[in-house]
Amino acid sequence: MSVIGSRLLRKEDPKLLTGEGKYIDDIQVAGQLWMGMVRSTQAHAAIASVDLSAALEQPGVVAAYSGKDLTEGYWIAPLPCAWPVTPDMLNPPHYPVAVDEARYVGDIVAVVLAESRYEAADAVEHVVVEYEPLPVVASLTDAVADEKLAHPELGTNKAYTWAIDENPDGVQAALDGSAHKVEATYIQQRLIPSAMEPRGVLAVPSPHGGDITLYSATQVPHILRVMVAATTGIPEQMIRVIAPAVGGGFGAKLNINADEILAVALAQKLGKPVRWTETRTEAAGSTTHGRGQEQHVEIGSDADGKITAIRVKIDADMGAYMQLITPGTPLLGSFLYHGVYEAPAFSFTCEGFFTNKTPTDAYRGAGRPEASYAIERAMDMLAAEVGIDPAEIRRRNYINGGEKFENWDNPAGLTFDSGHYTPNLDLALDLAKYDELRAEQARRREAGESKQLGIGLCTYVEICGLAPSRALGDLGYGAGGWEHATVRMLPTGKVEVVSGSTPHGQGHETSWSMIVADKMGIDPADVTVLHSDTALSPLGLDTYGSRSLAVGGVAIAMAVDKLIDKCKALAAHQLEASVDDIVLEDGNLQVAGSPDTATPIQTMGFAAFTAHDLPEGMEPNLNEAVTYDPPNFAFPFGTHVCVVEVDEDTGEVEMIDYVAVDDCGQQINPLIVEGQVHGGVVQGVAQALWEDAVYDADGNPLNPSFMDYLVPSAAEVPNIRTDSTTTTSTSNPLGVKGVGEAGTIGSAAAAVNAVVDALSHHGVRDMAMPATPQRVWRTIDAAKNGGQA
Amino acid sequence: MEVQITINGTTHTSEVEPRTLLVHHIRDDLGLTGTNVGCDTSSCGACTIHIDGQSAKSCTLLAVQANGADLTTIEGMASGDGLHPMQQAFMENHGLQCGYCTPGMVMAATSFLNENADPSEAEVREGLEGNLCRCTGYHNIVKSVLDCASKGA
Repeated sequence: MSVIGSRLLRKEDPKLLTGEGKYIDDIQVAGQLWMGMVRSTQAHAAIASVDLSAALEQPGVVAAYSGKDLTEGYWIAPLPCAWPVTPDMLNPPHYPVAVDEARYVGDIVAVVLAESRYEAADAVEHVVVEYEPLPVVASLTDAVADEKLAHPELGTNKAYTWAIDENPDGVQAALDGSAHKVEATYIQQRLIPSAMEPRGVLAVPSPHGGDITLYSATQVPHILRVMVAATTGIPEQMIRVIAPAVGGGFGAKLNINADEILAVALAQKLGKPVRWTETRTEAAGSTTHGRGQEQHVEIGSDADGKITAIRVKIDADMGAYMQLITPGTPLLGSFLYHGVYEAPAFSFTCEGFFTNKTPTDAYRGAGRPEASYAIERAMDMLAAEVGIDPAEIRRRNYINGGEKFENWDNPAGLTFDSGHYTPNLDLALDLAKYDELRAEQARRREAGESKQLGIGLCTYVEICGLAPSRALGDLGYGAGGWEHATVRMLPTGKVEVVSGSTPHGQGHETSWSMIVADKMGIDPADVTVLHSDTALSPLGLDTYGSRSLAVGGVAIAMAVDKLIDKCKALAAHQLEASVDDIVLEDGNLQVAGSPDTATPIQTMGFAAFTAHDLPEGMEPNLNEAVTYDPPNFAFPFGTHVCVVEVDEDTGEVEMIDYVAVDDCGQQINPLIVEGQVHGGVVQGVAQALWEDAVYDADGNPLNPSFMDYLVPSAAEVPNIRTDSTTTTSTSNPLGVKGVGEAGTIGSAAAAVNAVVDALSHHGVRDMAMPATPQRVWRTIDAAKNGGQA
Repeated sequence: MEVQITINGTTHTSEVEPRTLLVHHIRDDLGLTGTNVGCDTSSCGACTIHIDGQSAKSCTLLAVQANGADLTTIEGMASGDGLHPMQQAFMENHGLQCGYCTPGMVMAATSFLNENADPSEAEVREGLEGNLCRCTGYHNIVKSVLDCASKGA
């Protein structure tokens, strides 16, 4: 029986359902000190003075430091940016505590240490900081104007220019010669990632032994270990990093944060455990934001709507500093701005700019939601220009005419592993009852009803399985993209998997067990997965970019194959047969055609452990490791259909149906796949309709809490109907792609396309995100009455 | 101040600072860390527990306000026989991913079904409005609660 493809319930759940799961704030150690961060209340200011004296008088306070106090002897390098995208990229040094200048609201300007959570919070209130305000770069518009400077010493706000633009004249000529042309600017507003668990850290030193254990709510314990060594100078082999249960990440726990480095440095200095858990309101400024781009898109087509050229220019908001992959995040979408369509001429340019705001970095989809939004919005505009249905313009432009393809070279220099777009679209349109919806839309328009119907399509492609190490090197990324796995059979026949992939809600323990169980023919309950601790799993590159299955899962599959091969050699020895004659069937090793020789594979564990009778030259134990570096990325795709009702009297948008048909290649556990899609869809729709990190002209965040940053609740969203097609990947032996971000990548465009579609008969062609009632109402009013949109 | 609070059937007598939030007393003083903290504005519901049988956000009360009360936290839901029916429904319907909102969701959902044993989907969605989840898109949470209700547990 095949375990792969079954809806096995998650083995993670009992712990998490009963409170047994231990998140970072649940881990308490004796003698621990609590850090409290004094954060800048100014977006850009010189730090004239920091007075710690009153704070030091507070009960329970053990120490307090300004940035100046921490310049010598605490770190050997600033916080790391692992992705200098161009050789001349500007990257001002970023230390955990600001020394002379605070550069965003939330920048740490002092830190206190106290014996309790409350005492640390009290002491923060007693630190007096004098600021001398400096001009604030509060928006991308400010940044591009380059009059006010986020980092005056740099002389410019522009950090880099990065382009795929081999034939600019050809692109210009193709655009000039197009029968139809659409030109638009889309704003990707800043988003606050808002994993339900705030970030936190606990550094436990060993004053005499010299080693240190760092617990962090992180997606990347392995990368964190390297970077703690590189920033603090503590020898890497003395550092152990543990990611306990992590309550969601979405890219915002894929970083090396000031608080992590501070905790290590201060714990080491004081010889005491140091911890910190951010508050939600603090998190809105202290944890990286997502998106933050202006996208200028030009798309041309022939008279029938067949694309002739696409030219994209992006201004990307880096925020105040380069965090781990800040500059590269917009570029993760750069290869996808032609979407699922053939584009004979293609050009992409991205300029990164500093602002006096919280740094941006990866957020679910990281660059790809932005890309799919831009091309999918533009395709709807092009359909309107050509005068054909949005579904039809997509069909006319699909790669390979919508027929199945493998290993297609895209205009941005990558090779799409596989795709088969038309059946996927057809299935989604069928499920959504597209023709009936269009008829109902026509009826409501005819009747002039106040609630108009909108149907939005998004046919996305994304890039995951990050990544071939050589490709990352070519992009200037500071690490590889492999993943490591060890699979061992214990003496009792049970199996342990050690994975360098680091889950935070994705169900890896279940999926990895299924891969092993399927290959070996054993019960998934006999498999345990070890992860997220650099002492248990010293080699790994962690979880982000929907890479876990297509890289980490494949590494496990390959390690199991090696283990099975060794079991076969052992069985051949026991059965006095040739290893080539040994087959594995339903968990038994046997000589092919001789069922009476069947020996449970799980008995090999004890034989290899005792090592009393091994074949000549075979090492004892069953413990096989693989480090897998994928030859190519994987390119999942899908069709999302969002159906909305727009109340023309109030501007309110209500989602009444949502269909997602995703193709992530071979699925391991459809239950988990669907869950990933559901969550991703709601995060993307949330960008389309509700979420927006708003700042005033002085760089003050205006909605930094859950009171006014609108993370949707169950009441705002409908059920999501999911289905799938399966086009296996040619990039790996499992044929898998990835699904962690697909929902988000497909949904924002579908939702906004639906809102615009509902109003298109009034001449509405675009709608900025989030499509709040006020914005929608004003757009309707402008279209009908010539008011200000 | 001295407070006496019964949690999951055990009575605890403790000295607390008057300003101590109930959730911090439960987590930091009594070591019951299943109840989570996800925000500081009483918005997310990760800290939901039952106080005298009613759901409440334990970040919004002081420990002293719970003096004499009978509390149930997520640790008190499963019995020796296994998971509480609501926990079982969440497991069977994949109603959780990272699990951080889950204790609060389970507590809010059980309290909700006590008030409305046979809810519609829309009523479940309204009933859970005070509990945020970032992973599931709520689809499978709603399904879990409806499943639990349909089994009459």
